Amino acid sequence: MRRMKNAPAAATAGPVSIWMIIFVMAPMIYVFVISFMTRDPYGGIEAKFTFENYTEMLQPLYLKVILKSFKLAFYTTVICLLVGYPMAYWIASKKPSTAAKMLMLVMIPYWTSSLVRLYSANLLAMPNGFLNTALLKLHIISEPLNLLYSDTMVLMGLLITCLPFSVLPLYSSIEKLDKSLIEASKDLGARPVQTFFKVIVPQTMPGIVGCIILVFIPALGMYYVPDVMGGGKVMLIGTLVKNQFLVTKNWPFGASMAILLILITLAILWIYTRFNKLEDLEVV
Amino acid sequence: MSEPIVKIQHVDKYFGENHVIKDLNLEIEEGEFLTLLGPSGCGKTTILRMVAGFEDATNGIIEVQGERVEDKEAYERDVNTVFQSYALFPHMTVYDNIAYGLVVKKVPKDEIKERVKEMLELVQLMGFEGRRPDAMSGGQKQRVAIARALINNPKVLLLDEPLGALDLQLRKQMQIELKRLQQKLNITFVYVTHDQEEAMTMSDRIAVMKDGIIEHLATPREIYAKPRTKFVASFIGESNIFSGHVTEIEDGIATVETKFGKGRMPAEDFKVGDVAHLCIRPEVLQYSKEPVDGFSISGQVKNMIFVGSVHRTLIGMDEEYDARINRVKYDTAYNEGDTLYLHWEMEDVTGIHGQEDEIDA
Repeated sequence: MRRMKNAPAAATAGPVSIWMIIFVMAPMIYVFVISFMTRDPYGGIEAKFTFENYTEMLQPLYLKVILKSFKLAFYTTVICLLVGYPMAYWIASKKPSTAAKMLMLVMIPYWTSSLVRLYSANLLAMPNGFLNTALLKLHIISEPLNLLYSDTMVLMGLLITCLPFSVLPLYSSIEKLDKSLIEASKDLGARPVQTFFKVIVPQTMPGIVGCIILVFIPALGMYYVPDVMGGGKVMLIGTLVKNQFLVTKNWPFGASMAILLILITLAILWIYTRFNKLEDLEVV
Repeated sequence: MSEPIVKIQHVDKYFGENHVIKDLNLEIEEGEFLTLLGPSGCGKTTILRMVAGFEDATNGIIEVQGERVEDKEAYERDVNTVFQSYALFPHMTVYDNIAYGLVVKKVPKDEIKERVKEMLELVQLMGFEGRRPDAMSGGQKQRVAIARALINNPKVLLLDEPLGALDLQLRKQMQIELKRLQQKLNITFVYVTHDQEEAMTMSDRIAVMKDGIIEHLATPREIYAKPRTKFVASFIGESNIFSGHVTEIEDGIATVETKFGKGRMPAEDFKVGDVAHLCIRPEVLQYSKEPVDGFSISGQVKNMIFVGSVHRTLIGMDEEYDARINRVKYDTAYNEGDTLYLHWEMEDVTGIHGQEDEIDA
């Protein structure tokens, strides 16, 4: 009887579990294992245990890359919050049918290939591109700005890629906000700014944290964005990992970097779950 | 009499095409308990929200303490609200909820502590400071909401069906408690409800509303004894209403010809030919087996029900309309199916002016 009862659960969860084991667990374990191995002179892996791949990361060159990755991911998150929050608030103030259409508009660019979007952003920023031409014509600048392949453009690229992810969780928690709490706050004499920070922000915290998680973590590990927007000149953790695997053929070192990224992600999620229940996470 | 504390003059409110408040005038006296009573959709909550500052009046003047407030934001007005859904801040403790009004005004911490303690004592919630609203019962949440609104020492407290979510027992207890609080603090309460018994229990004056208009504003006693309109008569308590035309006036007594027969009432300002609603409360409606001089309204005893506090006899006048008689004691003199003639004393009937189209209703 007992076995019969569990059968439907096993039937539904079984294939997913097998999928997860083959395509998520196994590669992770593989990456974890080779991160402690040695690279052989031909770009292969030698089964020789070492911590060197981890100590290697402490070199100033790599620390700088890690620091810059954090910095850009942090800026991306902050800007996404600053842009995404008012946007989500505005959408949530519309009636549901309008809000659905507006959310659709937020999502449509996300459905186009992100590479196409990134390249077109590059086109706009070229010395003879739209942005420079416009600024020159308006006499705001006298010489074309050299925007291409810079940290700024990488940041732009990260923003383009991550913004939709920030609007959705924010929208879903703002939309659930009990409007009578805002009225109660006003009624008790709170000015709009006070109401915002004392009531609206705490009440939409799950959305804010959801936004941070959905933006910061991907922004930290993104590899094609720095490649396309940085023209190979801007090196972030993601690009570093990709290069170790595909260019330099130092798989063990790439693996150790990947493990570092995974650990950072887990740490962020752990901090979050310490303060909140995971089921409160607003990820739409 | 001193200046009214809230003065609403010629206020209209439209929601789109919807005219929800129609040229409303209302003066609320300082220290009184005024109830806006009416069925849902009558505009009572809208009035409250306009005084609080959550809705703008489309036209008209709203004054609080002699000062016009139409252009003031809700946070600039010296009125506080107790919300129907409590609207307690779920992320704050009871202490922080109650303290909120003072915290946003940057009152010194020691003073806040003192005031919150006073408030907790006032609503009898000592020891609950650290609780979160979601760990409290409906009645307790209600008390927190009241304490939170009162800590600002408002001149006027607005209450939007605050007891709607509580069960009957608790509601009755809170009604008495609210009245006690109001008398103790001597604050003006403006209370919104659709429960006429609740309004009767607590109010100094009741404004009975229908379709954005105040139909009758008076003390509970007056409204019950002398309802001004047919709606008020039927909405407040139980009423027997017989409608018809005045056919004759003699010695200050008017005879009204209704479709169930003739009835009489004091003529007052009625003229022959006027439409009149004869309104008689079930407890004073009298009956007999023989017609009484001047009356010919009759019907068949349809049903005798024991409703707890009274025995109710339903008299079928026609297919649709039943007259009601309420008596404390059971009358064994008649049985179901008997024909009874209805009559009443002149002091027990209220004549209400009506329109032609109301006669059949």
